[in-house]
Amino acid sequence: MALIEIEGLTKRFGAVTAVSGLSLSVEAGEFLTLLGPSGCGKTTVLRMIAGLEIPDDGEIRIGGRTVFSFRRGLFVSPGERGVGLVFQSYALWPHMSVRQNLAFGLETRKAAPEEIKRRIAEALAYMRLEEMENRYPQQMSGGQQQRVALARMLVARPGVFLMDEPLSNLDAKLRIEMRAEIKRLHREVQATTVYVTHDQTEALTLSSRVAIMDRGRLVQVAPPREIYRRPGSLFVADFIGSPTINLIPGRIVRKEEGVFFAGDALSLPAPALAAQVGAEVTAAVRPEDIRIEPGESGGAARGDVYAVLPAGAETIIQVRREGRVFNVRVMGDASLEIGERVCMHFLPEAAVFFHRESGIRIDERRE
Amino acid sequence: MEAGPRSAIRAPAPVFLNRLGLKLRQPQVILGLLLAMVLAGLVAVPFFQMVHDTAVWQEADRRIVRTAEPGAWTLFHYKRVFASPLSVNIFYRPLLHSLATSLAISSLAMLIGTLMAWLVVRTDMPFKKTIGVFAVIPYVLPSYTLALAWLDFFKNERVGGAVGIFSYLFGVSPPDWLAYGFVPIVITLSLHYYPFTYLLVSGALVSIDSSLEESGEVLGASRLRILRRITFPLVLPALISAFILTFSRAVGTFGTPYFLGAPVRYFTLATTIYTSIVNRTPAVAYIGALVLILISMIIIYMNQKVIGEKSFVTIAGKGLSRRPTALGPWRWPALIGAAALISLAVFVPLLLLLWQTLMLYPNDYSPGNLTLHYWIGASQPALAEGESGILRNSLILGAAWNSIRLSVIVALITGIMGILIGYAVVKGRKTKLAAVLEQESFLPYLIPSIAFGAIYLSLFSRSIGPLPALYGTFILLVLVCVAKNLPFSARSGISSMLQVAGELEEAGMMAGASWFRRFRRIILPLTLAGSLSGFILAFIATMRELSLIILLITPETRTLTTMTFRYVEQGYSQFADAIILLIVVLVVGGEFLARRIGKREMM
Repeated sequence: MALIEIEGLTKRFGAVTAVSGLSLSVEAGEFLTLLGPSGCGKTTVLRMIAGLEIPDDGEIRIGGRTVFSFRRGLFVSPGERGVGLVFQSYALWPHMSVRQNLAFGLETRKAAPEEIKRRIAEALAYMRLEEMENRYPQQMSGGQQQRVALARMLVARPGVFLMDEPLSNLDAKLRIEMRAEIKRLHREVQATTVYVTHDQTEALTLSSRVAIMDRGRLVQVAPPREIYRRPGSLFVADFIGSPTINLIPGRIVRKEEGVFFAGDALSLPAPALAAQVGAEVTAAVRPEDIRIEPGESGGAARGDVYAVLPAGAETIIQVRREGRVFNVRVMGDASLEIGERVCMHFLPEAAVFFHRESGIRIDERRE
Repeated sequence: MEAGPRSAIRAPAPVFLNRLGLKLRQPQVILGLLLAMVLAGLVAVPFFQMVHDTAVWQEADRRIVRTAEPGAWTLFHYKRVFASPLSVNIFYRPLLHSLATSLAISSLAMLIGTLMAWLVVRTDMPFKKTIGVFAVIPYVLPSYTLALAWLDFFKNERVGGAVGIFSYLFGVSPPDWLAYGFVPIVITLSLHYYPFTYLLVSGALVSIDSSLEESGEVLGASRLRILRRITFPLVLPALISAFILTFSRAVGTFGTPYFLGAPVRYFTLATTIYTSIVNRTPAVAYIGALVLILISMIIIYMNQKVIGEKSFVTIAGKGLSRRPTALGPWRWPALIGAAALISLAVFVPLLLLLWQTLMLYPNDYSPGNLTLHYWIGASQPALAEGESGILRNSLILGAAWNSIRLSVIVALITGIMGILIGYAVVKGRKTKLAAVLEQESFLPYLIPSIAFGAIYLSLFSRSIGPLPALYGTFILLVLVCVAKNLPFSARSGISSMLQVAGELEEAGMMAGASWFRRFRRIILPLTLAGSLSGFILAFIATMRELSLIILLITPETRTLTTMTFRYVEQGYSQFADAIILLIVVLVVGGEFLARRIGKREMM
């Protein structure tokens, strides 16, 4: 049985429906990330799991125990759910020292003084904060505050870790450092973690599964690789990946050689879509699934170099073909001039196809 | 883990019950409902009771109309006030006086305050920091301090008793128009109220980047044109606010118009309300109170119409460049003028009062007449009907104890209520309950002090259900002072709560802390420093409160302010003045102490 089970969860703020009929289960020991554009309701879901928002409908079970049920009018308060939460702002109490911040929850739960002492020492050592215990939050750097917030969650030994964009207030370098820290924490403590972020790199690098949300609904839940390689909908395909995936509108046609996708600036074989002939579709191709060659040698798709954006380890090349710009990712440097004629080769089965109207994925690609 | 026992027993309930039940899990909802009810009880219920009383026969009416049937509906009081031979005396003339004095006071106070603000903020006047500190003191003093000092100086033979220093010095009695009525009321209250304008306008001036004015200069505009076209429009919202604030205060004040107006029968609405109660025609007083409330509401409504959402601050946060205007040869005269004004508003009156308390026999200004009798003297049958000096007079010490007790209790209760209101409003943001609560807490602001007292008199002079009549109890004084001070403490409660991020409390929820624990350990410590100004304001306001409680005081609950009032009426100016000085010491001391504590808390 899953550790966290959510059924039909709904939350309205006035006339706005923030979360609508969301169902999700999180397995024990899993690291699940809620990912989506801002305002998609991901933080609201997290807060409802924590018990900080009261849902307008649905049910939540944690470890087999029902902590919220609208139908039964049941609501277990946040402190009794056995979950810990790291806030986006860290929410460290500014009038308490690090030690007091950590002790507050234990004292509330009437732990024995020696026990409190031991657990604080443990958590501080684990987060490498031994020297800091008498400091006040204002006297610490952002990264240190972040570690105190994690330590405060750890001392309570919750069964579930909840984290609400914990890294969004850190600078880029520190963010990568703390990302590793959180990954280590999850691996060593083995606590089930629900993590909210709008940063897809964070989601893809940390999670065992990613749940993508859009306008209050869950659109896909899958491991990071699958999310990236096999997006379930046009929304996911477009949302994940930087630079963004190439989207080409077109339709499925049958030719003598077989079934093809006939797009604006592109024609691709689409043998799996024989049943969809005549359908209006959008093809999506990842930038790294396009190979590029200078000159006009043989390839199907010729174009001009529109921009070259080197980023050290890789280079993004924008190629213009029939008024449409394609993003192409090349490892290392590329010695191309703007305006140069190039050929684009699309890797076999590089494209995935979506129904234009509904955005639903229509091919079933073998991996 | 298995399902908890609670979930096992619960049977499915109707949806709306679940919704309600879940709503009530939020502390801010419960607290908000509770506070909304308390506020309704403190403000709305008394108000409607008073309106009701204006439209039914009163017990006291039997003296006037034999057929009066107490409790039955009647328009008698309205006719009496608005359309009877008495109307001019009990309503129209006092109304005219109220409007005239308030208008004059507001204008003069604005002029003084603006000038002072400009000198302190925007010029190179010497010692402007010091002047800035002293400029706000007049407002800390009780509003009628100046009135009493004025009487000590200008009192003439009209009311009997000793005459003032003016007659002694010049050998002629000052004319009535100088000693009593419109002129002294306007002068003394303007000097008391100008700090409102000073504070608001200097706030606005500080926030104006002088580069705005400089860019006008670059474009070749003249000084006057810059002042008129750039500076003035930016300061205008502050000026209007100051005017409104001063006007609504002035129109409801009781002490000064009574001390300076009553001797020549120059009555304002506020003083008419008092005399109507004393003359046992309470319904007339209540109608007067309603009219005062109406005036106040119109004024505040106009304020909101005119200013609307216009912001006071033009540019904030950026480094403001400020280049003081050079006064040239006028630097020193400006300083002398400002210092003289503050002296006239603060030091001269206080010295006059002090001197008065040291004179054994009034009107004898020779050194041989000086005595400490009225401070520390034992009872002497020949002097002041044998009352002993205020520092050993049990009546006055009792009143002092009442005043201190009242002020401290009121400051604590309003302060805490302010934080609670702030909590319910900020946590419940965007809900109807929060909006209602915020508006409700603002209501007492619309009601002038003396009218507020009248409202409470009408409600609490009888028993309500199981509640005994509260008239004559200390509790009633606490209630009325708490209610009247709520708008300010709610303001400061809300703004200090806004500083405390909601997540700080939620972190406490995650830690399993109950609401009381969260409030005590997290919310209170974090908001206390910010709310301290609210505490101090309530303490000071209550300490020198006269208009609000004058109708509700009985001998057992007398406070220092009402004792002053009594001694003035009896003509014992030494006692009256000594008590005023005592109040000043307590108020200034209280503020000083609170500031010290506040500073320590901040660090």
